[in-house]
Amino acid sequence: MNDKRIRDNSLWTTVVLASALVLLALFMTELEPVFRSLFTAQERAMYRQEPFINLLGAHVALVLVSSGSALVVALAAGIWVTRPAGQDYRSTVESLVAMGQTFPPVAVLALAVPLIGFGERPAYIALALYGLLPMLQAVIAGLTSTPGAVVDAAKGTGLSPWQIFRSVEVPLAAPVILAGVRTSVTINIGTAAIAATVGAQNLGSPIIIGLSGFNTPYVLQGAILTGLLAITADGVFEYLSHRAQVWKRASTQ
Amino acid sequence: MIQFDNVSKAYGDRHAVIDLNLSVGQGEFVVLIGPSGSGKSTTLRMINRLVEHDRGRIRFAGREIRDFTPEDLRRRMGYAIQSVGLFPHWTVEKNIGTVPRLLAWPKNKIGARVHELLELLQLPPSEFAKRYPHELSGGQQQRVGVARALAADPEILLMDEPFGALDPVTRILLQRELKRIHALASKTIVMVTHDIDEALFLADRVVLFKDGRLVQDGSPLDILSHPANDFVVDFLGRAELGIKRLGLGSVREFLRAGDQARGQAISVDLSLREALSAFIVQGQAVLPVVNTNGSFAGELHFSDLLQPLQNPPGDRGDPT
Repeated sequence: MNDKRIRDNSLWTTVVLASALVLLALFMTELEPVFRSLFTAQERAMYRQEPFINLLGAHVALVLVSSGSALVVALAAGIWVTRPAGQDYRSTVESLVAMGQTFPPVAVLALAVPLIGFGERPAYIALALYGLLPMLQAVIAGLTSTPGAVVDAAKGTGLSPWQIFRSVEVPLAAPVILAGVRTSVTINIGTAAIAATVGAQNLGSPIIIGLSGFNTPYVLQGAILTGLLAITADGVFEYLSHRAQVWKRASTQ
Repeated sequence: MIQFDNVSKAYGDRHAVIDLNLSVGQGEFVVLIGPSGSGKSTTLRMINRLVEHDRGRIRFAGREIRDFTPEDLRRRMGYAIQSVGLFPHWTVEKNIGTVPRLLAWPKNKIGARVHELLELLQLPPSEFAKRYPHELSGGQQQRVGVARALAADPEILLMDEPFGALDPVTRILLQRELKRIHALASKTIVMVTHDIDEALFLADRVVLFKDGRLVQDGSPLDILSHPANDFVVDFLGRAELGIKRLGLGSVREFLRAGDQARGQAISVDLSLREALSAFIVQGQAVLPVVNTNGSFAGELHFSDLLQPLQNPPGDRGDPT
């Protein structure tokens, strides 16, 4: 009962946040007088090169596609190295993941440009690569955390390897995997803004242009929307993680 | 039901089971016992192919176990383990219904069976069916584990130290229940334990292992009366052999007619071991005995305990 209320609350908060985000992106330009009064010295107080709603759309698309591809690869690799067939490669993959996470995201972007060039493509690739690591780590951690006794009992009661995977390992790993995806996506939303430096058009564009042109209102406009997007995404994951572990907090009365 | 012919299993250089010959009959309760690493668990796990044997032949219901797919074989055998291994994300109900679902029983039949098992293991369905494993005590979890193993009415029940992690009181309670279930359903049970008292209490046959070899195979009384060698004597607990033998008999078997006895009455269902304790505590050589329902049954003589079980006294009372 109580748990359901918490879950519904987190759902409602997320819906409110998402609506606020879209409305703000649509009507940001209406707020020009506010920015003008705050920054009187600034000649141009409102970013108008591209409508904010388009920037938001591009940002979300960039994050979805890069995180989505990262998740597919992370799941495939994570599942493979936790099966008997790929077990030998697990430690190698784990060290690669640990090593990869020491790279700052900006460095990944900077390295992508000379290899792939400017534009959306290096941004996609760099973000996918960078987002892959926390996800892969979470998939491996989740799938290997099933208690040995549970797997033994599952085998002993006659579940096939596929049934054990689908109805025991995956549901038990889901909260851990989800936590990894949450971290990865949240970081990705921030890093995607930096991708504006390599030529992608998104909520990072006003920030980058504002920073290079000493235009604080531009920076604020981009940053507020990016921040709101990150909080909204986090709310979605909060809701999902409640759903994924209903059984953990279930109480009888 | 189960037949091992010259079965061996090695892990690398270590021989876990060497040249084992063993048969388990229909309805028998066989307990495999021995020190750690003696091969008892390996033997059990070879039956449902959680461990594959290297040499020899294992048959189940007349057919070689390798003729079955592992899943089919396991669904015909109940399996309960020490750490219970309940699926933490499933309710008690769903856990117990695991094998029936795998066998694609109709839903209402599964529901009825789960209900029946919860009753059998004294977990009121209205209270327990919807709970998750982490909301249960260790003893309740183990009951659910046993219920899950029994769910599809398997031909044989395999239990790997099922009560090892429980406190002594709960353990004894569950042992009694298992004995009751075995008597009730005359199910074939193979259990592994390292607790000799558990083995003597539950087993029709005790199979003693050491270093991968079968050392002795016989009824509890056989083993206590004719231990094969020093290892068996030590394993049984050299100093307590006599006491353990008394543990196998019940007051009922030694009941005499007569109503002269003084002191606090004992029940006909007590083991002779418990009766011995009552003699000592009360300082009496003869004690009155009552039936389970409290009515007078007769008396028990301390001197009769000196010839336990082999040749009970001729002038036994008639236990009413």
